[in-house]
Amino acid sequence: MILLENVSIRAGGFSLENVTVEVPSRQYGVLMGKTGSGKTTILESIIGLRPVLRGRIWLCGTDVTEMKPALRGIGYVPQDGALFSTMTVRDQIALALYVRRVKPAAIGRRVAELAEMLGITDLLDRMPKGLSGGERQRVALGRALSFQPSVLCLDEPLSALDEETRQQMYSLVKRVREQTGVTALHVTHSREEAEQLADCVFRLEEGRVGRIDKTV
Amino acid sequence: MSARTSGGAGEEREATAPLGRPRSERAVTISDAGFYLVLIVISLTYLLLIVSMLAADFAFMARETGSAAGQGPIAAALAEPKIRYSIWLSMTSCTLSAILSLWVAVPLGYLISRYPFFGRNLVDAIIDIPIVLPPLVVGLSLLILFQFWPFRLLAREIVYQVPAVVLAQFAVACAFAVRTMKTTFDHIDPRCEQVARSLGCTRLQAFGWVVLPEARRGMTTAFTLAWARSLGEFGPLLIFAGATRMKTEVLSTTVFLEMNVGDIAAAVAVSLIMVAAAIVVLIIARLWGTREGLL
Repeated sequence: MILLENVSIRAGGFSLENVTVEVPSRQYGVLMGKTGSGKTTILESIIGLRPVLRGRIWLCGTDVTEMKPALRGIGYVPQDGALFSTMTVRDQIALALYVRRVKPAAIGRRVAELAEMLGITDLLDRMPKGLSGGERQRVALGRALSFQPSVLCLDEPLSALDEETRQQMYSLVKRVREQTGVTALHVTHSREEAEQLADCVFRLEEGRVGRIDKTV
Repeated sequence: MSARTSGGAGEEREATAPLGRPRSERAVTISDAGFYLVLIVISLTYLLLIVSMLAADFAFMARETGSAAGQGPIAAALAEPKIRYSIWLSMTSCTLSAILSLWVAVPLGYLISRYPFFGRNLVDAIIDIPIVLPPLVVGLSLLILFQFWPFRLLAREIVYQVPAVVLAQFAVACAFAVRTMKTTFDHIDPRCEQVARSLGCTRLQAFGWVVLPEARRGMTTAFTLAWARSLGEFGPLLIFAGATRMKTEVLSTTVFLEMNVGDIAAAVAVSLIMVAAAIVVLIIARLWGTREGLL
């Protein structure tokens, strides 16, 4: 479960007051809003990259409001993938496991398993330079899922993709959900993404979040 | 030109007509050609000045070598123990000050690039001081600094000794290295570190595994720049380290000392040795720091 309780955040020139969002366990929440409305700010607060002024953030029953990002155990897929340009695809996916001191053999198995699921086995020894938009997002998804997080945060992961690749990614994200049972919050301004993926949809308008029907 | 109104029944009415008249094709072609010509002429003038200066040094040296009865000025300079010492001290002190500069520039550049702490603009401005300050003032300020406690305690070991050479070079070179590293970190997407932290990395791990490898090219540039600045350092060295032969004499001081005794050939020979050293460092840095090659 992802739960934001009356959270207030200040970011640059604007502030969000009393934001409440609840995504039940194993559900896929989509947070919609216009560019600059503060969607990413909310996501950053959940991940721990931006402090909140008031309110609490709960993940799977644990209060993580004051917790550092490294300890929250959230898989994070940023907008353009933000791949590490000096690491091979294999190393990017293995990083979280390496940090968690998982044994090399187990890391190898997990990387192979994820690569198989995401269709990136052929890319494992490539560097990020030269990967297509869709490939970059698959790698970013693999990296975020590597340590089997119970929560996944996606920041406009499909916005820069062409139509065909986006359709492929919809199927992939649905498959990932089925196989992992992860609770996800996906930030987007695209109505289509919400219709395709969401179990519950939230709309952010003028600093307030409202839960709306799935049929946006 | 006025908007055309509808005429006959079959004639379409144009909603708007372009205002004014574009220049003729010939005028645009001439203007564009003139623009490129100005760019090329101005750029070539400066490039020509740089290349001519070096060519003049080489031509002068060739003439001197040709007219010399025995060995040429460069060979003669290299045979001199005091010049060999000055080459050795220059290479050692420049490398040392460049390494020290990088050690300071990486954390300081990262700090002012990433963290909006109180007083950051002041820190940023202080870093510019060694860049804008006249070099002689840097040397004099160092000399005065070592009259005060606690620096005074080390004055005997540092002032007018070899460590003064490295310290004077470092004082200026480091500012250039910090500037380079700040720009480098400004261009590295902070999102990557944030992802690394969400994956479980501490700030140090995110910095060491994600940021630093991406900053490799910037670090090479910072090192090269610091090294080159140190090689050319003269004013602060003269005041803070002195120009004692076989002790604190580096190549820039050698040029000055040779000019002082009227031996222009030796001064030019030492200058060419400095040019060669700078070119070698530049080539090594470019080959190591980039995969794009030299050209």
